[in-house]
Amino acid sequence: MLELKGICYSAEDESREVEILNDINLTLDDRFVAVTGPNGSGKSTLAKIIAGILKPTAGRIILDGEDITDLSITERANKGISYAFQQPVRFKGITVRELLSVAAGRDASMSDICEILSEVGLCARDYVNREVNASLSGGELKRIEIAMIIARKTKVSIFDEPEAGIDLWSFQNLIRVFEKMHEEINGSILIISHQERILGLADRIVLLSGGQIRKVGSKEEVMPELLDRGQPCKTLTDKL
Amino acid sequence: MDAIQQNLLEQVAGLHEIPAGAYNIRANGQLAGRNTTANIDIITKEDRAGIDIRIKPGTKSESVHIPVVLSQSGLKESVYNDFFVGEDADVTIVAGCGIHNSGDAASEHSGIHRFFVEKNARVRYVEKHYGSGDGSGERIMNPVTEIHLAPGAYLEMETVQIKGIDSTRRVTRAEVEEGAALVIKEKIMTHGRQLAETDFTVDMNGDDSSVNLISRSVAKEQSRQRFKSCITGNARCHGHSECDAIIMDDASVSAAPELTANNIDANLIHEAAIGKIAGEQLTKLMTLGLTEKEAEEQIVNGFLR
Repeated sequence: MLELKGICYSAEDESREVEILNDINLTLDDRFVAVTGPNGSGKSTLAKIIAGILKPTAGRIILDGEDITDLSITERANKGISYAFQQPVRFKGITVRELLSVAAGRDASMSDICEILSEVGLCARDYVNREVNASLSGGELKRIEIAMIIARKTKVSIFDEPEAGIDLWSFQNLIRVFEKMHEEINGSILIISHQERILGLADRIVLLSGGQIRKVGSKEEVMPELLDRGQPCKTLTDKL
Repeated sequence: MDAIQQNLLEQVAGLHEIPAGAYNIRANGQLAGRNTTANIDIITKEDRAGIDIRIKPGTKSESVHIPVVLSQSGLKESVYNDFFVGEDADVTIVAGCGIHNSGDAASEHSGIHRFFVEKNARVRYVEKHYGSGDGSGERIMNPVTEIHLAPGAYLEMETVQIKGIDSTRRVTRAEVEEGAALVIKEKIMTHGRQLAETDFTVDMNGDDSSVNLISRSVAKEQSRQRFKSCITGNARCHGHSECDAIIMDDASVSAAPELTANNIDANLIHEAAIGKIAGEQLTKLMTLGLTEKEAEEQIVNGFLR
């Protein structure tokens, strides 16, 4: 179980403090939680704080009763937190097999790799020795990023907009990946998403806006809030 | 040959025992073994140190190994090796130099290799440099490679220097005739106070000739690297060079590419990038459970593959 207690985060912007997250309290004990909200609402920042990439300015993070707020990225990864980036990273010279081996924590065999890559719709034969470099498309990289999380099998898995850059055909696969993880995993999945179909899979939806949690509930409870974001200014309404 | 020399031999030539095919092993300035085949002859030069390697036209799928090992501290030598590759031959040449220096005096090997590759012949040339030993004496290598590619010839050169060489200045000169292609892949890692300089000059003289020069390097600690390349297109040709370096700690890397087109159909491109390891690469590997140091090693190893 992952608990966020009073998480705040602010960043410096031209000598001005900008508040990005304000007093986030959230318990992740369901199997599948989706976080949604407008661009700039602090969703990715929240994911980075859980993974240890950003340090919160206030608040504590508790994993299975242990305070992990001061642990490094590596220590948290080894305690069972996985994080699929919104924008996957390219590596010159490192192959798909090597990255999946690092993710799995052991030398991944061809059958392991086949098992994992087929989940994300890639044929291991075509990809196992490919370098994770600029020769891969954005969609391919995104699938490999998701495959790494599947390989890790950790108790907390965070996906940051997994659907971004994925075509419609792959999107069907993606839904199946989460449904399968949902069935098999004993831990929790947290997905940051704007996609109604992904939100529809979630046991619970968290609506984030302006760095604060606006609503937590089922799809039926949260969706109306999501569509009603208050009145925009005149310049914007003229264009809508 | 003793254990130290055996180890050097394994590092530079991947040889555990006597290789198949033609070979010439030079240890501490002396001939330590030679074999010739029906198609490949090796002849000791009479006017100076070195050998002529003569490969008959049409020789297919044969290899030549010419490793050099130095384990005697303070030894300095210059060796001249000439390769004559006959028309339509297709061969692999493996040259390598390993220096073990446990003394105080500098050990130095300068190999001057000239390749005369005749029409439509194909050569894969692999060269590895390796240094070991804990003496204060420097391990120095200054290879010079001169390549002449006749029409339709192809030469692919792989050079690797990963460990233990204190100072190296590599000079490569090439002339590429009509329809001939030259590919050079260089990998260098320097650490401590090492210095590595590479200097390529390639002239493309015939129509449809090409050169592709790829350099990847990692400079650690206080080491310094300088990369210089001059590619000249004198005909309808394609030239491409790429210099990609990772800089770490207090190292210094400079890249000076020069392109000259003397023909309107010469197509020349240079790409150069020098930078530290991207922070997001480290972060990604750390989220997979590696420490920062392990992540750094993984990135560097992949980059130099």
